[in-house]
Amino acid sequence: MRARHLVLFLYMLFLMLPIYWLLSMSLKSNTEILSRFSLWPLAPTLENYNVIFTDPSWYNGYINSLIYVVINTIISVTVALPAAYAFSRYKFLGDKHLFFWLLTNRMAPPAVFALPFFNLYSAIGLFNTHWAVALAHCIFNVPLAVWILEGFISGVPREIDETAYIDGYSFPRFFVKIFIPLIANGIGVAAFFCFMFSWVELLLARTLTNNMPISSIMTRTASAAGMDWGVLAAAGILTLVPGALVIWFVRNHIAKGFALGRV
Amino acid sequence: MARIDLVELAHSYKPNPRSEADYALQPMTMTWRQGGAYALLGPSGCGKTTLLNIISGLVVPSHGSVHFDDKDVTRLPTERRNIAQVFQFPVIYDTMSVFDNLAFPLRNRGMARPAVEARVREIAHLLDLGSDLGRRARGLGADAKQKVSLGRGLVRADVAAVLFDEPLTVIDPALKWELRSKLKALHRRLDITMIYVTHDQTEALTFADTVVVMHDGGIVQSGRPDELFDRPEHTFVGHFIGSPGMNVMPAEVSGGTARVDGHPIELAGRFDRLPTGARIEIGVRPEYTRLAGAGQGVPVKVERIDDLGRIRFARIRLGALRLAAFVPPGVAPEGDAAGVVFDPAQIHVYADSRRVG
Amino acid sequence: MVKPLDNKAWWLVLPVFLLVAFNAIVPMMTVVNYSVQDTFGNNQFFWNGVGWYTELLDPSTELGGRFYDSLGRNALFSSIILAIEIPLGILVALCMPKKGWPVAFTLVVLALPLLVPWNVVGTIWQIFARTDIGLLGHTLFGLGIDYNYTQDVFSAWATVIAMDVWHWTSLVALLCYAGLKSIPDAFYQAAKIDGAGRWAVFRTIELPKMGRVLLIAVLLRFMDSFMIYTEPFVVTGGGPGNSTTVLSIDLVKIALGQFDLGKAAAMSIVYYLIILVVCWVYYTVMTQVDDEKRS
Repeated sequence: MRARHLVLFLYMLFLMLPIYWLLSMSLKSNTEILSRFSLWPLAPTLENYNVIFTDPSWYNGYINSLIYVVINTIISVTVALPAAYAFSRYKFLGDKHLFFWLLTNRMAPPAVFALPFFNLYSAIGLFNTHWAVALAHCIFNVPLAVWILEGFISGVPREIDETAYIDGYSFPRFFVKIFIPLIANGIGVAAFFCFMFSWVELLLARTLTNNMPISSIMTRTASAAGMDWGVLAAAGILTLVPGALVIWFVRNHIAKGFALGRV
Repeated sequence: MARIDLVELAHSYKPNPRSEADYALQPMTMTWRQGGAYALLGPSGCGKTTLLNIISGLVVPSHGSVHFDDKDVTRLPTERRNIAQVFQFPVIYDTMSVFDNLAFPLRNRGMARPAVEARVREIAHLLDLGSDLGRRARGLGADAKQKVSLGRGLVRADVAAVLFDEPLTVIDPALKWELRSKLKALHRRLDITMIYVTHDQTEALTFADTVVVMHDGGIVQSGRPDELFDRPEHTFVGHFIGSPGMNVMPAEVSGGTARVDGHPIELAGRFDRLPTGARIEIGVRPEYTRLAGAGQGVPVKVERIDDLGRIRFARIRLGALRLAAFVPPGVAPEGDAAGVVFDPAQIHVYADSRRVG
Repeated sequence: MVKPLDNKAWWLVLPVFLLVAFNAIVPMMTVVNYSVQDTFGNNQFFWNGVGWYTELLDPSTELGGRFYDSLGRNALFSSIILAIEIPLGILVALCMPKKGWPVAFTLVVLALPLLVPWNVVGTIWQIFARTDIGLLGHTLFGLGIDYNYTQDVFSAWATVIAMDVWHWTSLVALLCYAGLKSIPDAFYQAAKIDGAGRWAVFRTIELPKMGRVLLIAVLLRFMDSFMIYTEPFVVTGGGPGNSTTVLSIDLVKIALGQFDLGKAAAMSIVYYLIILVVCWVYYTVMTQVDDEKRS
């Protein structure tokens, strides 16, 4: 019993230390960071956060990122729902191959696609828009969403569909009114993962835009001369906020989703 | 092999139980004799599984103690109690063969190889698993898997008792019969105490020589199947055992007569010292409640007659009470008016649900 | 349960198909197209056949040598990652609380690194590991250990690996936790009654029941560690020298840095094929082993 708690404690400490250090840095001024080493901020300041919240080139990064992430999550889940239903309920021509092909796209290194994506989205005039990133991220999020949802849908007995049809529901009405509430947990889990993978991706987001997402703004700052460590740390802390909020809101769905054995 | 004594045992899952409702198990003292075949019978949620887990040591009781042959084992962990248990759903070790599954409890206790081999083969033979010994356990069907679980429960010769927690739930009905008779045969042959938990009265009555009936966390009666049938100590036992269940009627009893809904009913004995203020009821099994023509016995209304093939039961109303009565061959009531005659020797009087006299 | 055959189901799949095909097929064709052509700039392309491929796969050429070096680093990296993260993830999952509020709390803490943007993971570790301002770097340096991830190859590798362990072990742990949660209590009780020790419980119950999720965990961790780009790019930039230049970093250098489109495209195709083949072989073999065990 003791050993278990110790292992878990040490692991969580290992997870939290770098984050603590980032937080501590974000509350120090640059002079303090560079002049002496201390385990906590000796003269805590919110100046770094102030820089981010007052400079549009910084805070727009967050807004841009959130916009394309939300668009991507909505598109991915919306198109994946009927497809997952089809995979779960019907056999059709080429179903297995299609499913496998979808999953292979999850295995494509973003580095492979960076350049052709740039060409493609420039050609159709979407370069440097939220839509470009949102659509590009679909390549790995849509297959993932289909896969997660298929698992949840297969857990719903088919009799429910049949009863609804007998009761005279049309397919769209049945789907929206009865089916979607039944797999709310699954949708929560799928949305969580789409949000997560779109939020954390950098390479495609950077290639398809001119420094729109917050992640690429940070790399620009990071490579500029005379590192502004304090502001960088503050920007890093702020990127953790959406993720932490999302986890907090879906924690019960996630627990249930994990309990169902998918993901 | 041991006698098991429960002494003033009670259990609550809450840390500070106050009212009776906080207890999953009401205080009880009882003895399970060595070599007995017991059934623990009761509806879901009556505390059977809690009691079983206390005996096996998976749950430590909050009050009282458990003794195996005078040795207090209340705080001993399961693995040091010498108990075997079979669960509701088959528990098998996926990666092992059937042989290894059966040998697992023996090997863990450091039994010598030839002895393990001999014992496993014996048990496998008794359960008709002989030909499956080399197979991987996870490839088996649900029935065979549960047989392996049963086998693992029975393989240790030195156990104090084998506990079965509704082990035949997942088995299909045809095989249920077979396995139950097999268990009974095994019991005779192996001379070990078996405690069999179930909510199915047929299962309990056919398997056990002593049936322990539980209700609301307490033991309401324990006895041979025929005792439970003829002399239910608690109205619950009357309801729960037998089909249809016992007729229980609120009554006023004075001396040798009971009055139900104003009608006098003769009793076999005199009941002069009933506790005052208690709820008095009389109970008669439908088998001893005979339907007769109108004008005989107590007047009732017949609602319908259930023909069960060899016997017929009438569903009747006595005032607002709904009862069941045996319909003797040849009796065919016309219309809905009829009478019932109770066999005085088989009428039990209950005060606050417990049998008096 | 037999699924009915209904080709109308294609209509339900069509949006997904179009969306993914748009993203996958057109760029893929572009890549294939580039990979068989050469250019001298000005958008003039010449047919080059399998020229780039032969050059790429021949270790004696500059490109080939570079490719095999990066590939080797990728293979080494993935092996180390799997060797650390899978056992550690299982261990953490075994130590997680089973009920009550600690479950939600632990899940949230564990999931946190997964939701950090990948470049921020790099930034966090950069700040954490620098010898001048970082807690880790400063402490190690103070202990007299010659640690400097910008100059020392070993330090750089250790940092990148520690970072990946920090970032992804939770995923393995969460997957395994899901697997463990699906084991009914009766199994643990039966094992107790059968007298099994902790190790026997792990080997005979927990590990077999985690089989499926472990399969997925290994697959995901292999894929993602083989495709890693952002984190080492931010922390080490592929250095010192080329010591942490994995395939993705090299690929982006060639494609976007040098604009050697043909070389980059040929490399992309081979890279992608390697991942596909490894995953396919692994998955097929594992599921076959699984089926054999079943029968």
